[in-house]
Amino acid sequence: MEKSVVFNNKLLPYLLLVPQLIITFVFFYWPASQALWQSFLREDAFGLSSEFIGLENYQTLFAQPEYYKAMLTTVVFSTLVAGLSLGIALLFATQADKNLKAASSYKTFMIWPYAVAPAVAGVLWLFMFHPTLGTLAQPLRWLNFDWNPLLNGNHAMALVVMAAVWKQISYNFLFFLAGLQSIPKSVLEAGAIDGAGPLRRFWTITFPLLSPTTFFLLVVNIVYVFFDTFGIIDAVTGGGPAGATTTLVYKVFADGRTGGDLGGSAAQSVVLMIIVIALTAVQFRYVERKVQY
Amino acid sequence: MALRDFSLATALAATVALASPAHAVTELQWWHAMTGGNNDIVNKLAADFNASQSDYKVIPTFKGTYADTMNAGIAAFRAGNAPHIMQVFEVGTATMMSATGAIKPVYQLMKDAGEPFDAKAYLPAITGYYSTSKGDMLSFPFNSSSMVMWINKDELKKAGVAEIPKTWPEVFDAAKKLKAAGHTTCGFSTAWVTWANIEQFSAWHNVPIASKANGLDGFDTVLAFNTPLHVKHLQNLIDLQKDKTYDYSGRENKSESRFGSGECAIFLTSSGYYATAKGTAKFDFTSAPMPYYPDVTGAPQNSIIGGASLWVMGGKKPDEYKGVAKFFTFLSDTDRQAKLHQESGYLPITKAAYEKTKASGFYGSNPIPETPLKELTNKEPTENSRGLRFGNMVQMRDLWSEEIEAALAGQKSAKEALDAAVSRGNAMLRTFEKTAK
Repeated sequence: MEKSVVFNNKLLPYLLLVPQLIITFVFFYWPASQALWQSFLREDAFGLSSEFIGLENYQTLFAQPEYYKAMLTTVVFSTLVAGLSLGIALLFATQADKNLKAASSYKTFMIWPYAVAPAVAGVLWLFMFHPTLGTLAQPLRWLNFDWNPLLNGNHAMALVVMAAVWKQISYNFLFFLAGLQSIPKSVLEAGAIDGAGPLRRFWTITFPLLSPTTFFLLVVNIVYVFFDTFGIIDAVTGGGPAGATTTLVYKVFADGRTGGDLGGSAAQSVVLMIIVIALTAVQFRYVERKVQY
Repeated sequence: MALRDFSLATALAATVALASPAHAVTELQWWHAMTGGNNDIVNKLAADFNASQSDYKVIPTFKGTYADTMNAGIAAFRAGNAPHIMQVFEVGTATMMSATGAIKPVYQLMKDAGEPFDAKAYLPAITGYYSTSKGDMLSFPFNSSSMVMWINKDELKKAGVAEIPKTWPEVFDAAKKLKAAGHTTCGFSTAWVTWANIEQFSAWHNVPIASKANGLDGFDTVLAFNTPLHVKHLQNLIDLQKDKTYDYSGRENKSESRFGSGECAIFLTSSGYYATAKGTAKFDFTSAPMPYYPDVTGAPQNSIIGGASLWVMGGKKPDEYKGVAKFFTFLSDTDRQAKLHQESGYLPITKAAYEKTKASGFYGSNPIPETPLKELTNKEPTENSRGLRFGNMVQMRDLWSEEIEAALAGQKSAKEALDAAVSRGNAMLRTFEKTAK
């Protein structure tokens, strides 16, 4: 006798899905469609006049050399931030996974920076590396290093990358640690008995078994650098000097908020949305094949 | 049944009670961006006004930086609950005045409310910035300042500079001497790079920043600050940046501490820096008028103001407007203005308050607060020095700064940078013109 329960109510599954669907619609699809609609309009800051102008916002956008420069800056910035924050967090997690004294307090300290708001993190780093006041800028000066993030684009980029990486390490650390702890010890011990050294065990056993976590974090980190870092950039460099730290999302923020150009800003966020959707799709299509669940 | 009647009756009673409080006090929201000691001044002004009468209650609320406050006000307007009074910095003026339906012009407000109001009682150098070309005052000046040159007298003496420099060549010489005397990282510098080197610089030399009286006479204004004089000045800065005789200090005023810490002995920034300088500088300091190039005929002209004004938002009830008008009359009171000026370092907005302070001998022992007033009233303002009014000015300043930074970092020549700043700025002005119709 078949004992499975059958629900004949056709409506029930949809009913159960409704809360999730409403949230998705209200918080994702509705704002996204608003942005799309706004990108075809020209509006003043107060919303007193609004005019449909078709693709003009996009044409203006793609005619700006600064926009392509911001794209390039974004590539540099996101590669550095995602690469460094994942790499450093993995290193810390493997160390914390060992049998250490006071391991739990060490882990707690590692998680703290995640509770710091992006703009606050930016201000912290700004003060540490302020050419005149900074506690960390002074030693650089004694070494005769001309530290000047106000005029040197590379110095400014280094500063925002440091702040953004520092902020993200805790999050990545947490997931890597959980991933490491779920790898069965017996597999690693078997490798050790077979004579594999710690490094070899890491690359042939731990790293592949960790790949689902790594993949998840890669996606999350890319989204983080693309959308969540404008607070840091605004507090540290304001996009300068000479646009050296103006990323795509910072430009959306600056044009929309400081510039009051809602249409142009909306057009940029639509482009940004397409880029991130495409990137995520690529990640799922190609990178995920290498993931071993 | 009885219970239902009872609850109905209570609900009704509660509604009536809520709708008619014992004293009909009209509340007026005032959003501002004042921090520290200036925040206390705002709260005290509101408290004094509230104590002076019983019909209206001004409620001040701090909303963050100038840009934050303006954005909060715009968002609130779009949501249909704008404050009555909003403090907007000088560069937001064009955006506010182009929003015809969103604001209530001050001259109109005073007329409708029947409050005594004479636009001529106010200092023209200040009200010019906030008035139409016909002279109708659109917003009420609150905290005004101008740019001055701050001087560390102790360090100048040590470096062997006998006189406070008056011209740019003298400033460059003094900076070189300061550098030789140990100020290796900064001979002189400025905060607000574009305010100093484009906006004030142009007005002080009586050359246009843009056509149409720097935008005061129309949104179809075209930028023009890529003249040989501007190029020469920027080139001087580029040359001096190389060995840090001049050292760039950023787009805003975060770096004012370079003066207070003694690092930069000559520093151009707002006259509103006075309160902070008093608190932090442990040396003998003073302020002097901005330097000029002596070979430019007519220089120095007069400086232009910075700071913020109070805008009255549209769509409120007549009674509320009456309250706002009374509050503005309260603020204009001569004694109150004179006291405000002497305590905060902000400029007095009425002629009477300036005269009163002068007559009291205040400047004899406190010359620093008078420097910006001397600059503003140095000569009768011209088309080039009345003020400026560009749409998107906040972002425009960022754009100009970007180009100046590129020049100072050696990526562009002075001419290339200023040409790019002008053409990119013009593109932005044209976009604004389309939305401001």
